[in-house]
Order: sequence, then C-alpha cells, then structure tokens
Amino acid sequence: MTLHSKLFGAASGLVVACTAFAAQADVLFWSTQAKPVEEAQAMRDQVLAGFADVVDYQPNDGGPWITRLEAELQAGEGSIGVLGALHGDFSAMNPDDLMDLDELGVSAASDTFNSLGMLGTDSVQYVPWMQASYIMAANVEALPYLPEGADINALSYDELIAWTANVHEAQGRPLFGFPAGPNGLAHRFFQGYLYPSYTDGVVRTFASDEAVGAWEAFRELWSHTNPASTNFNILQEQLLSGDAWIVFDHTSRLAQAFNDRPEDFVAFPAPAGPTGRGFMPVLAGVAIPRTAPDMEAAQALIAYMLEPETQLATLRATNFFPVVDVEFPDDLPPSVRAAGAAVATMSASPDANPGLLPAGLGARGGDFNRVFVDAFHRIVLANQDIRTVLDDQAETLAAIMEDTGAPCWAPDAPSEGACPVE
Amino acid sequence: MNPRILPYVLILPVTVFLCMFFLYPFVLVAQQAFSTETGFSLDNFREVVDYWRFPISLQNTLLLAAAVVPFQVGLALLMATMVNRMKRGRDMILYIWTIPLGISDLAAGIIWLAIFDQSGFLNSMMNGLGVIDQPVNLLSYQNPGMVFLAIALAEIWRATAIMLVILVAGIGLIPKEYYEAAEVFGASPWKRFSRITLPLLRPSLQTALVLRVILAFEIFAVVAALGGTLFPVLMGETYAYQFDLRNGGAAAAMALIILAISIGFTLIILRALRVPKGASI
Amino acid sequence: MTDTVAIDASADTRKWGKVLYVSTVVFLCAWVLVPIYFLLINTLSSPETVTSFPKPFWPEFDLASLTFFAGFDGMLSALKNSIIVAAMTMVMSIVIGAPAGYALSRFEFRGKGTFRLLILLTRAFPLPLLALPLAVLFIRTGLDDTAFGLALVHTTLAIPFSVLITFSLFSGIPIELEEAAWTLGCNRLTAFQKVVLPLILPGITASAIFAFVISWNEVFAAAVLTIENRTLTAFLLQNLNTSPLHLKFAGGFILVVPALIFIFAVRKYLFAMWGIANR
Repeated sequence: MTLHSKLFGAASGLVVACTAFAAQADVLFWSTQAKPVEEAQAMRDQVLAGFADVVDYQPNDGGPWITRLEAELQAGEGSIGVLGALHGDFSAMNPDDLMDLDELGVSAASDTFNSLGMLGTDSVQYVPWMQASYIMAANVEALPYLPEGADINALSYDELIAWTANVHEAQGRPLFGFPAGPNGLAHRFFQGYLYPSYTDGVVRTFASDEAVGAWEAFRELWSHTNPASTNFNILQEQLLSGDAWIVFDHTSRLAQAFNDRPEDFVAFPAPAGPTGRGFMPVLAGVAIPRTAPDMEAAQALIAYMLEPETQLATLRATNFFPVVDVEFPDDLPPSVRAAGAAVATMSASPDANPGLLPAGLGARGGDFNRVFVDAFHRIVLANQDIRTVLDDQAETLAAIMEDTGAPCWAPDAPSEGACPVE
Repeated sequence: MNPRILPYVLILPVTVFLCMFFLYPFVLVAQQAFSTETGFSLDNFREVVDYWRFPISLQNTLLLAAAVVPFQVGLALLMATMVNRMKRGRDMILYIWTIPLGISDLAAGIIWLAIFDQSGFLNSMMNGLGVIDQPVNLLSYQNPGMVFLAIALAEIWRATAIMLVILVAGIGLIPKEYYEAAEVFGASPWKRFSRITLPLLRPSLQTALVLRVILAFEIFAVVAALGGTLFPVLMGETYAYQFDLRNGGAAAAMALIILAISIGFTLIILRALRVPKGASI
Repeated sequence: MTDTVAIDASADTRKWGKVLYVSTVVFLCAWVLVPIYFLLINTLSSPETVTSFPKPFWPEFDLASLTFFAGFDGMLSALKNSIIVAAMTMVMSIVIGAPAGYALSRFEFRGKGTFRLLILLTRAFPLPLLALPLAVLFIRTGLDDTAFGLALVHTTLAIPFSVLITFSLFSGIPIELEEAAWTLGCNRLTAFQKVVLPLILPGITASAIFAFVISWNEVFAAAVLTIENRTLTAFLLQNLNTSPLHLKFAGGFILVVPALIFIFAVRKYLFAMWGIANR
C-alpha cells in the first residue's frame, strides 16, 4: 500500500516538474558524424564553444537522425537548425527540403566537392564541411614480413596478398582485418578501391572480365583475412587488440590506435591494381533544413564551421580533414599526422586513380551499396561462382541506374543519361 | 455499476490510449506497405520476400526462437520453483536472478561480445587453463554453429528474467495448503510440481510465454553484436530497409510479416494454454 | 533391516538432493553474475588493458573511463530526465493497465479475445517504424521534447506487460474471495480494495519493474522525441557502438547501475505475497 501512495505522490509531483523544463536551445546541430562519445565531447568543448551562440551538438545514429528530420519536415516545423551528415545522407534527401545556401558565400577549396554539394540542382544544397578517406594501417610487427622489394608506400594488391600470406604463415593465423561488420564500411572498399584498381570503373565495368579478376584477387586476400571480420566495424579495436595486423578502414576509425600507441602502428596508402591506385574520399557536409527555427543563427553557424580555425579544431576533434585551405600547425595529434601523410602519398602517387562519391542515386544510394555487399556475401562468404553472381547483381545494378537516371561518375567514362552496366 | 457495462468502462482507458499512440501511427505505417506510386499493390511484400536473404533471416529468427524460448521456459520454471521453496536468502537470490532484466539488449550485446570476442574473456579463460595457446576465433563464418550458440546463450542470459518475474509473481498466488495436502498424501516433489504448480500457474505461464515469443521475433541488437553480418534476422532486415535503403514501404511490409508470424504463434499459445473460465482454483 | 536400508537410502537421496539444489542455485547465480563481473572488470581497466590479451580476471581499479563520463556535459540532467520519464511511465502503465487486466480476468464480454490480441500486437510491431508518425504528431501537438510525451510512448510499450501481468494475477485469485467479501457487506470497490489489492501488490510491483526497465532502456524513441531533454540512454547508448572499447564498457556499466538499484529497491514488494500465501 505504501508503494502505491509513494508512486502516486511521485506522479503528481512529476507532472508539475515536466512542464517546467522545456527550455529553448539556440542552435541545434543534428549530426551523423563525430558520434563516438569522445569526439562528440570534443566537438562541444573545442569546436563549437567558440561560436557566438550556444550550440546544442547532438550526434545520432542514422536511424534516429533521419526519423527526426523527416518528422520535422512532415510537420512543417522543427527544432533542428543545422544538419551535419555525409554526402550519401544528403543525396538521399529531396533537395527541396534543404535551404539554398548560395548567398552564404562559403564553399570548399575543391570545385568537385562544391558541385557534389549542389545535389544535381543549380544551387548549393549543402556546404562541404570536412573530408576523410580510407587508408591502410599495419602493426609494426607485420613489417618484417613485407615481400622482398615491396615499398609499403607503393604496394600493389599482389604484394598486399603476398604480405598477408607471409604473416598468416608465420603467425599461424590470418591477420588481415576488413570492416565487413554490420556497421563497417566494406562497400566503400569495393566501390572506391577494388573496382577502380582492377577495372577502371564501378558501374560500367561491374560485371566485366576484369571484375571477375578483381573478385578472384579479393578471395585470395580473404583467405588471409581474420574470419571474424564479419564482426569488425571499426578496425582500431582489432589493431589495438592484435586480432588484426594489417587493416583497411576510414581514417577516423583508425585514429585511436595511432593516438594510443603511435610507435606501434604505421599508416600507408591503399594498394594499386592493374588499372591504378583506386581511392575514394569521404565527404561530410552541413546544411539547413527548410524547417530550421532560426535561419540566421543556422547560417552563421555554417559560416563558422568553414572558418580555417574551426576546421583545424574539427580536425583535432574528429580526425576529419579541412575542406578549405588551412595552414597545418606542427602539434597535430599522431593520428592526424599518420593519416594525413598516407592520404597525401596516395593522392600524389603516379598511378593514382581517384574515384568520386556516387552521385545522382538519390534515395537509392542504399540499394547501390547493397549490390556490392551482396556480391561480397555471395562470392566470398557463400563461395558462389563469381560470374553467375556478378551477372545476377548486374541486373539489380542496371535497374537502379535506369530508375535514377544517374550519369556515370569517375573513374567510369562519362555517359549520356543513365550510367550503363556493360 | 451495471456488470454489463463495467468491463467496457475498465478497458476504456487502455483502448483510448492505444488507439492514440499505437493504432494511429500503426495504420499510417501499415498503409505504406500496401501502396506504391501506382496505388494499392502487394509489390512491397513481393520485393522483400523475393530478396535472397529473406528465407535465411526467416529461418534464423524462427530457429533462434525455437532454441531459446523453450529453454527459457524450463529455466524460468526451475528458478521460480527453487525460489519458492527457499527458506533463507530468497530476496537476494531472486534479486540476482532478475538482474539481467535491467540490462538493455544493446548493453547485453556489448557484454557478450566481450566474452566471445577473439581476445575476449572466454579465450582468456581457456588460455589461462592451458586449453589453447593462442586465441581461437569463435565468431567466424566458418563456425555458424558457434555463432548460433553464442547468440542463444546471450539471449537466454538476457531475457529469462522477464519470464522469471512473471512466474514468481504467479507462483506466489498458489495457496500453500495444496502443497501441504500433497505432502501429507506422500506426493513426490515432481508430482507436486506437475500436478499443482504447473496447472495453477497456467495463466502466468501463458502471459510469460506469449510476451517472450513476441519479443523473440523482434530480436535484433544482440544478434547484430555477436553475429555481425553473418546471421541476418527479420528485424535487422526491417531496419536495413527503413534506414539504410530508405524504403519505408518495404520496411513496413517486413514489419507486417513479423506481426503476422507473431499473431500466428500467439494464437497457438493462447489455445494450447487456455485459461479456464472464471479461473477458480 | 530392510527398513534401515530404506531410511538410509532416502536420507542419502535427500542429502544428494540438497547438494544438487544448492549447487544449482550457485551455478545459476554465477551464470547471471559472471558476465556482469566481466563488464565491471572492463569498466575499471585502463584502455590498454581493455584491448589486451589474455584479459585479467581482477579489476585494476583504473577510474579513467568512469572519470571521463563524470566530466561529460549533461550527464546529470540526462539522468534526471531518464528517471522522470521512467517514473511517469511506471505510474501511467499501471493506472491505465491494471483496470483492463481486472476486466479481462473477471468478466466475459464481447470482443474480449480481440481486445487481448490488440494489446499483444502493440509489442509485435517495431517502435522505430512507428516513431516517425508519432514524432510528427508530437511536434504538431507540442508534446515533442517533453518528458511527458516520451513517457506516453514508453507507456505504450509497457502497457501489454502491465495488462497481461495483472490479468494473470487476478485470474489466480479465486473469485470466491471477492464474492465472500460481497456477502460480508463489501461492494465491488471495497472488496477490491480490501481483498484483491493486497493480493496483487507483487504483480503490480512486477509490472512497475517492467515499466521502469522498458522506459530506462529504450533508445530509439528517446533519441527521436527528446532533444533538449535527452534521456541518459539516448544520450549515451546510441553513441557507444562507435566509441572506443573502454568507453563502450564504462558507458554500458553506467547505464546498468541505476536499473539495478531500482530493482533492488523494490524487490521486497515482489514478495509481499509470501506472508499472505502462508495463510
């Protein structure tokens, strides 16, 4: 009985209390990036504290992020001031839901990035905010097993396979690590690294004979890959635990390893295949939804995010690199130095074959990724015939391309209309 | 009050509440499943069912429920009867056994991954005991049985307490006289359990079972943590449609399929464990 | 002679039965506690130890990870929000759910089967899909970003538990008890108060625990429906997956503790029954 009276007493008190604490935020920054608790804290303390207004920085998983945003758009009013997300998140949105940002007059140093930010329209829908890339990293203990004559800064896929094979043989267990977990970024490896390096294309060459060769090579690499990779999402964990010695992942998903034990790990460029050293950027942007409560404050925040000092602070906080020209100080954290050097070597290499981010796919971006992930599952994990799987998946891919009418992007040769699967 | 109206008055608050906060959004979502650009169609259902991972995820979900739920019923019954006859330390033991109730599925996934991970506690233990010299990969695609076992163990650990609490509350209602009488007549502990506890516990058992089965079909976070991409389940596929593929219609169709399976099993359980009318003892 | 053997044998069986009983209890306690203990070890370990192999089996009492969260902005207000939402959920789900449970167990009425099924269905549909229309509704009605609004959603999740638990408990209480009270001059309400309510207190407690725990651990709706008034779970848990390992464990641990304290605090009500059953 006493429990009852306590409960009811508490309830009536609460109803009074809850009406009292609905205060207003100044600018709500709704982001899918800089999610790890440390990065979020650094964003608040080191990056956003310098803004004139109070910023409420809220990083979210993709699910709640898009659900809340959609709800505000549908309701026609909301509290989100600024959106921070990847190019892929924005390109899945209706450009009408984002404010045109041309008048703001801020942009990235790269015209390619700026045009991606237009999302196929004539005006700026999101402003490029920060960039990253995928690189390789290795435990120094793996270095003695490098094949003879191989330069770690100019590896080929064959050399990488030989290297992982040497390590496998010497240690008695496969130690290549690959982000094939549910939250891992494996699809980007296929789209931006494996395919460009072997077929000089992504969509056109999806089911080509060269693509069959690429998957054969990957199968071989997989035989020296830690089979628990299907659980790996963020490879810094496996680098640190020693479950993987040689890994591929997003620069910011490797950062902790370099920061915690800088002496123990090296970063280096992605390998090259017969058609060059394929690699791909990661681009995050900032935008304003049409329902933002305070447009001026939101615009001011975007301008602030693009200032060189803010960009440097963001680099320290998140391991994402600036999109504007900045002068790098000397005291950057080890992760930034290691990753920065690897990315620079990768883009400056003579056989560099940079790819672009998928564009024009709209809401079908997820389906596009799924084509590659499914191919991986069927070819590598289920050991199905490569030719059959590629022909099969090519149909799905062709349907997506026709559906969206998306033209080819580099390294595929430009197309008239929808990019064809040849 | 008129006994013919009274029950409706009593269920009115729940009905109004659920209509507002469940039925209304549910209808909106369910509509999506049956509509495409061309109007009413079953295309969304066709799309999700034809996808090659659908049969695998359906099979995984059902197998997991079939492996986990019966075991949990047995375990929860065992725990509840043990607590029931305990003389000292009952509070403490029951408290310990209900601890997993307070742990979310996301947290449970984190905990169990720390155990089954390659450099995790299980490997450390085996290493310490000298069973292995270097860590074994427990959760790999070559080892689907082990992955299944790990997920099942984590689920049993996490979700048995739900049933336990319901059963303990129900077992407390069984008058002690029945047991005393049975003892006088020399009934064995097993007889007492099967002739008194089980039949009288039926309402609680039914509730516990239905809720547990429904929740078992919605399993997701623990599977994602331990099974990675190797062990697709229905709910994971639903979320993938909704959030990765931004295909609300397909996600709604998947959710309705799960709902239909849940309804089917609920009806079976309700029928099998029918509570007698009036429920007089 | 044969008699003594029989007695010896039965004493033996009893002894072994006792050993089996105690060891099963101990085993089951260990089964529950050991994984929690591992979580504790990882929480109290330095980042290097968390990723090391083999893992230690004793915590080294490194408080760095916990200290990090102590300095985390907004932890306390998020904790407060979580408690408020959970408490409201608890009260609402019982107040709304228990009458329906009573109706289900005591009356035959048209639509009873459908009603029960509808209640159950609310748990068979994933909340993350319902969150979008709910959020639109809440934004339009001003319930958005309030503890009360979130508690409404959590109550929806908890109601099936409270209705069905109270239903099964009422069903276990002989209607004759109530009828006896009626003949002794109680009306339906006073009979309920004096006879039934004390009997079902454990069940109410059980539903309260469920409601609290469901609300406490719910992430998705909390992440979507609260902005300023984030709950602790939405604040921490959804960002843990991508966080470094040591923080993942510490954050998980921080979330677990309040729920355990709550269950500990109300556990004795779960047993209010025992005295009565000895009647």
